[in-house]
Amino acid sequence: MKDRVRRLFGVTTLVGLAAGLVMGFVVAPREATQGNVQRIMYLHVPSVWVAYLAFGVVLAASIVYLVRRLAAADRLAHASAEVGVIFTGLTIATGSIWGKPTWGTWWTWDARLTSVSILFVMYLGYLLLRGMIDDRERGARFAAVLGIVAAFNIPLVHFSVYWWRTLHQPPSLMKPGPGTMPGIIVTALLVNFAAFTLLYCYFVTRRARLLRLEAEAEA
Amino acid sequence: MVVVWKDLLVERRSKETLNALFFFALLLLFIFQFALGPDRERLAGTLPGLLWLGFILSGLLGLGRTFMVERENDCWEGLLLAPGDKSAIYVGKLAGNLLLMFVIEAILLVLFGFFFNLDLGGALPALAVVIALGTVAFAAVGTLFAAMTAQVRARELLFPVLLLPVVAPVLLATVKATEAVLLGESLGSVAHWLKLLAAADVVYVAVGVLTFDFVLEA
Repeated sequence: MKDRVRRLFGVTTLVGLAAGLVMGFVVAPREATQGNVQRIMYLHVPSVWVAYLAFGVVLAASIVYLVRRLAAADRLAHASAEVGVIFTGLTIATGSIWGKPTWGTWWTWDARLTSVSILFVMYLGYLLLRGMIDDRERGARFAAVLGIVAAFNIPLVHFSVYWWRTLHQPPSLMKPGPGTMPGIIVTALLVNFAAFTLLYCYFVTRRARLLRLEAEAEA
Repeated sequence: MVVVWKDLLVERRSKETLNALFFFALLLLFIFQFALGPDRERLAGTLPGLLWLGFILSGLLGLGRTFMVERENDCWEGLLLAPGDKSAIYVGKLAGNLLLMFVIEAILLVLFGFFFNLDLGGALPALAVVIALGTVAFAAVGTLFAAMTAQVRARELLFPVLLLPVVAPVLLATVKATEAVLLGESLGSVAHWLKLLAAADVVYVAVGVLTFDFVLEA
């Protein structure tokens, strides 16, 4: 029964992702100024959303772990951090691919690029810390503390990087705001948001389950 | 309070950390000079960054030792068993680290002034504010992380790897503010950076005090 629920969940996610691709590549019109390159937005923006969602979940799960000492909360934080790091990496990669034809460079110290890459290294450090501690309970405690520090750091990173770059140059308009986008593009984006959120939930539940089985096998 | 006193006493008796850090700071200046060449113009442009690089590198060494002393001297169990609130230990260690870093920073400032012909004069009070705010933020996270990494393998490696990304916003803010202050601008012109630093101070110290119990659990 549980297996069937899981499989159904996976299939739904897959269908959602396929629908997102169809919406992004077929249904949504070609953007006038940027051309087809703009279509990467349908992957890029949902990725960064998933990354922030994942780190938010890490914060919540870390607090729950420290207060209640539920091993499940620790596994959720661990799984969510891993998925978050992957999607942060995806955000950087897709942004870079978009930046090459649009800005003419793979990398620039643009405000958003910088703040996302700081998040990336911060949570890589989080995973590194987890990997370095053999004692499960101590690893969970330390990771929870780091997860809380890192999450509270996100707004600081955001503001510092924003001021660092944009006091000297006007904000770079990476994407047109939602208000200026035609309805079909918004719809395509929303479908992808939903699909990526499903994908996040699917990955995290599978990963958390794997972590639990690992712990059970060790015990 | 007792923790500060004990650490200060140990440091005064042995002077090991301070002596080594002083020597390290001197070496850093040599390295900076060699790496960048003698061109004064170029040095002037990179000075705020170099100054903070110096603070942070010596800070990494100094803070990393915070809890190592306890390990080496077999006092770790003593800390764990200490009665009362563990956050008092955090505050004590933080205060000790702040003192240590302030001393090193003062030394580095004098050395920078001497080697790079830096005229601090009028900018000193404003600079002191920036440095104080930045150092509190750096030491607050550093002390918390040092307590964690002291109980982990590969601690010398893990400590900077965890600390540097987290203090990235502090570094951005302090370097930018230092740059402006050294150019003779008033503190008012960097108010947004000072606010950010103050916010970082409050957040880091609060998180440190609240979570230290979990770090020092037996």
